Formats: sequence, structure tokens, C-alpha cells
Amino acid sequence: MKILTANRLTDGEAVWLAADHSWAETIDLAEIARDKAAEEKLECTGRAAFLKNEVVDVALVDIELADGAIRPLRLRERIRAAGPTFRSDVGKQARPAVPHAA
Amino acid sequence: MYRYDEFDHTFVKARVAEFRDQVDRRLAGEITEDQFKPLRLMNGVYLQLHAYMLRIAIPYGTLSSRQLRMLAHIARTYDKGYGHFTTRQNIQFNWPALSDIPAILDDLASVEMHAIQTSGNCIRNVTADHFAGAAADEVADPRPYAEILRQWSSVHPEFSFLPRKFKIAVTGADHDRAAIQTHDIGLHLKKSEKGELGFAVYVGGGQGRTPMVAKKIRDFLPEQDLLSYCTAILRVYNLHGRRDNKYKARIKILVHETGTEELTRQVEAEFAALKESDLKLPEADIRAIEAYFTPPALPERAEGWAGVAAARKADAGFDAWLRRNVVAHRHPDYASLTISLKGIGEVPGDASDEQMDAIADIVERYAFDELRVSHEQNLVLPHVARADLKAVYDALVDIGLATANAGLVTDIIACPGLDYCALANARSIPVAQEISTRFGSQARQEEIGDLKIKISGCINACGHHHVGHIGILGVEKKGAELYQITLGGSGDENTSIGEIVGRGFGPSEITDAIETIVETYLANRTDQSETFLDAYRRLGAAPFKEALYGSEAKAA
Repeated sequence: MKILTANRLTDGEAVWLAADHSWAETIDLAEIARDKAAEEKLECTGRAAFLKNEVVDVALVDIELADGAIRPLRLRERIRAAGPTFRSDVGKQARPAVPHAA
Repeated sequence: MYRYDEFDHTFVKARVAEFRDQVDRRLAGEITEDQFKPLRLMNGVYLQLHAYMLRIAIPYGTLSSRQLRMLAHIARTYDKGYGHFTTRQNIQFNWPALSDIPAILDDLASVEMHAIQTSGNCIRNVTADHFAGAAADEVADPRPYAEILRQWSSVHPEFSFLPRKFKIAVTGADHDRAAIQTHDIGLHLKKSEKGELGFAVYVGGGQGRTPMVAKKIRDFLPEQDLLSYCTAILRVYNLHGRRDNKYKARIKILVHETGTEELTRQVEAEFAALKESDLKLPEADIRAIEAYFTPPALPERAEGWAGVAAARKADAGFDAWLRRNVVAHRHPDYASLTISLKGIGEVPGDASDEQMDAIADIVERYAFDELRVSHEQNLVLPHVARADLKAVYDALVDIGLATANAGLVTDIIACPGLDYCALANARSIPVAQEISTRFGSQARQEEIGDLKIKISGCINACGHHHVGHIGILGVEKKGAELYQITLGGSGDENTSIGEIVGRGFGPSEITDAIETIVETYLANRTDQSETFLDAYRRLGAAPFKEALYGSEAKAA
């Protein structure tokens, strides 16, 4: 399973492509691609957003579902989704209801 | 310290205006990311995991209180209330919006600062001994030469697109506190037998995936030839340095592949052609730059001796701080001191906006308005009267920055690592925090003595792990963090590259492994005067391998 991530051009905020083709600021809203065709669809939408200068550094991310919640397989992506692991007052985890990366 | 003249002000302002226009055009979609990326990097703007990162140049690590207050203002206004001091004597902000960066650069320009050449394949911020101009063992202040190099290298048309980045460091003392032998060019300021100032010139040092100790290619270069000789080196590098492979593009690879003798011949040939050119520094110009670095007038303050002696008797914390964080100044009534940004269990190199403001007050009141950033990610007050040390200490206690650990096992260099950095493979900061907490006892640290631990979260070695007495390199193996340990590195006048001790350790094992190494040292040292590094050089890796891996080590 994969989701599509990027950083927003204006402020660099880590974002994920949601089902409605908006860029969500939290990973839980990401649309999950469960097969190759869905991945290509995500990538295609991401490429269009890159060309429209909405986002940069667009990339697919491998994930699993843990108790129904999206969990990236790589620590790097878990840190992007939450924030630095040594302080919880910055990054997404400083918002309500975003779990820490590690 | 150096003050901008009209030319500098105009130049920096024009550069901010240019970058503002580039940002506007990028946000309006008029230029693509591929076109914009090299432009933003030339202005110190990276994109990391969570946000953009802005790296601000602090030439040779020297700051005034006014500049530090501006950094505090930027942290508060545009970022998340803290900044991170780096191993290149710079500061980084981890959360700025791209759209705010032109305003930040305007604010910086108002206090004679900028972010030019803090990234890209150009000559980066020139670093120097953080005790420059104050140290008792100094031959001369290296900063005037660092400033001359800064002016010469700023948007140098010939050297703005080098094969790879290029780093220069200058030391003015025999005891090298600027790690010059791990730089592309290292300059050791010294006096000739006739008493003339000049440099021993080292070339081709560096860390990263292929660590190399620099080679000395000149024992004495007269000061007036500084720019012609550096130009000669850069010219040979620019012409012959590899551009086909990013990982082989630093000058250290060119030196290695060409051979020191042949490279020296090429540099000397180029230098012979340049020696009498416009690059020859007129005596008057050198002395004019030097005048900016005239040390403050230091009145006699002999009362400090008795005051300090009484105060240290009454306050064990102050006593420990004097032992570890205060060093000799060339004026006996004064001292240089380290403000440790390595509180026990804290993030190495981070300071909050309130701390920066409070330090600025101390700098203004007690330290002749001068502060330094060290490449070890601490701050330094170069000139403080001994009579004022207790007041400075008390003020530092109030803001949580009086940790008495300079040079000890908890004074750890750590790169930002995977918690921020897009290049990292493993976290560095939490490892540093855990080791710091484990060795946090003041008595235990002082019993262990001088010991430099340096941690990098990837092979690029921003945390200088290759020259750590104990180096830790984080890698990713099968999706998990793994930490390799190197032993015996050193970044001083006896520079050495650490040797990998054996297989790596997981995040939950690494602190225990470090403790095993430290205990092995304590058990094997001749006495307390034999430092970890000396003991390692005497003993070699065997007892440490045995302690870490036991029978496994014997089998190997």
C-alpha cells in the first residue's frame, strides 16, 4: 500500500494527497493506493500539482495499516508525519490527535 | 569586529532584493522548481523533512549582541522560538516559510548579516578558532585573514560553480581549535624565524564518505600572498576537480588521485604566475582589515583573582564551571569562557529566543559586546574580566546554560539527523541526549576527563564523527537505525580519522556500548592524566573490541 506525499511550495509544510485531490496537512487523510493502477493515479495527480507549483518533492510512501491507521514503513516518513522525536511541541504532533513517530 | 562599509551594505541589500524577486517569481509560478532550487540554495534555503531550513552565515563565528538579538527576533517572529548553532559556526532555523524568507533576509541585512554561500558548490563560511583574539597561546588573530578570504570569496565569479563545496578554516595558534586539517584548505597562521606573519597551508582534508587528513603543501606562505596562493589552489581544483561524480568531486579526491607532490607542483606553478598580480595583498590593506579586529581595551581588574577564589570556595557549581568552561586569556585579569549549549539531556546546539536575548544582555554588559559560535556547537565569550565571572555564571544559571561540561563526555556534537534532515538515515539528537543523560553526573564526567563524542546521522558527516575520539555514525539497515562506532579520531593539530571498531549497534544498545568503551578506558588508563585519546593511541582497538564483542572479536 502506498500514499503520496510532498512539501507545500509556499511554506514547505509536509502534506499528503487526499481523496478529494486536496493536499492534507495530516497523514490520516491521505488516500491509500492498494494497487499499481491506483498508485499511478496518485502519481499523476501529484505531477499535475507539481507542475501547477502547489507542491515540491512529490513521492510515494510505503505504508501499512495499524489498527486502521496509516503507518509509514520508514521511520523517516513517520517523523515527517509527526515531527521531531525528541520534542513534541513542534511539528504535526503539536496539533491535537497526531501520534508521535517513535 | 568587522563593520560593513557602503559597498557591503549595497551589495547585501541588492542580493536580498534579487532573491525577493526570485521567490516572488517562484511563488507566482514563473520559474520552475528546477530553476529555483540552485537559486535558493545560494541563499542558504534548503528543503528538509518538515519545512524549509534557512542557514545563516556567521563569519568566523563572531557575533555582536545586536546580531544575536536579531537572531532571537527571527526565531520568535518567523520560526518556532529556537535556532540551531552548527559545526560551521553558523545558525539554522528549521521552520521558516519560503514566503517569509525575503523579510528575514531584510532583517538580517539590517544587522550586517546574510545567508549567502551557506550552501552550493562555492566557498562556504570561513571558520576560525573560537578563542581568536583572546587565547593566551595565540600567535596572531586569524580573523582578519578569514575576513579577507570572506570578501575575496563572496560571489567570486570564477569560484561560484566549483565541482563541489569548498571549506576554509584558519587558526592562529599551534594548538588547533579550528580543525584545519579536515578542511579543503586549512591555514595555520604563524611567524617565520624573522618574525614575519604567514601561513602553513594544508590542502585536501575533509570528512564525508571518504575522510582524509589534509596534506601540508607549504610550510610558510607570507601573509601578502594569501589570496594569490588560495586562488592558485582553487584554480587547479576548478580545472581538474572531478565533475562526473558528486562523491568524488571534493578537492581531497583530487589531491589523493593526483598525488600531493604533483598537486603541489601545479599549485606552485599557478602561484608563480599570480604572485605579483593584483591579488598580492598590500600591507596597508591587511592592516586596515586588522584594525577592525583590534581587541577591546582591557583595563586592569586584578581584584578578580581574590573574588573568584572566594566565590569558588563557596559555590561548588561555580568551581566546576571554572574548571571546565573557563580558559586562560592573554590578559591575566581576564578569561575566555564557553557557554555550553549541551545541557544534560538537551539538544546539542539549540538555543531558544529567550536564551539568545539573555545571552545578548550578558555579552553587552560583561563581554565587550562580542560573542563567538564554536564549531563544537557552543557559544564563547572571548573577553570577560575574572572579576565578572561569578556574575556571568549566575546569569547563565538563570537561563539554564551553566552546564560545566566543556570538552567532557556530554559535550557532544550532533548533526540534526533524521529528526529534521532530508539526507539523514538515522537520528542523531536522541542518541546524544541519551548518552548525555547516562553520563550526566558531574563527578563521573570529570573522572572520565576530556572526551569528544561526535555523532552524524549519515555518511556526509556533518556531526564530524570521523574525528570524534568516539565517533558514532547512524546508518539505515533493513529499514532500522544502526549505529557504527569509530574510535581514535581527532580534529586538532594531531588529526586522525577514527577506526571502525566492529559491527554496529541498534538504538537501544548504543548508549550501553559507549558506556562499555568508557569503562574499558577507565580500567586501562595509566592514570587520570592519560586521556581517552592518548589511551586509545597506546592501546589500540583490541581491548575495546574485546569488551564490546567478547569471543566474537576473537573469532574475527
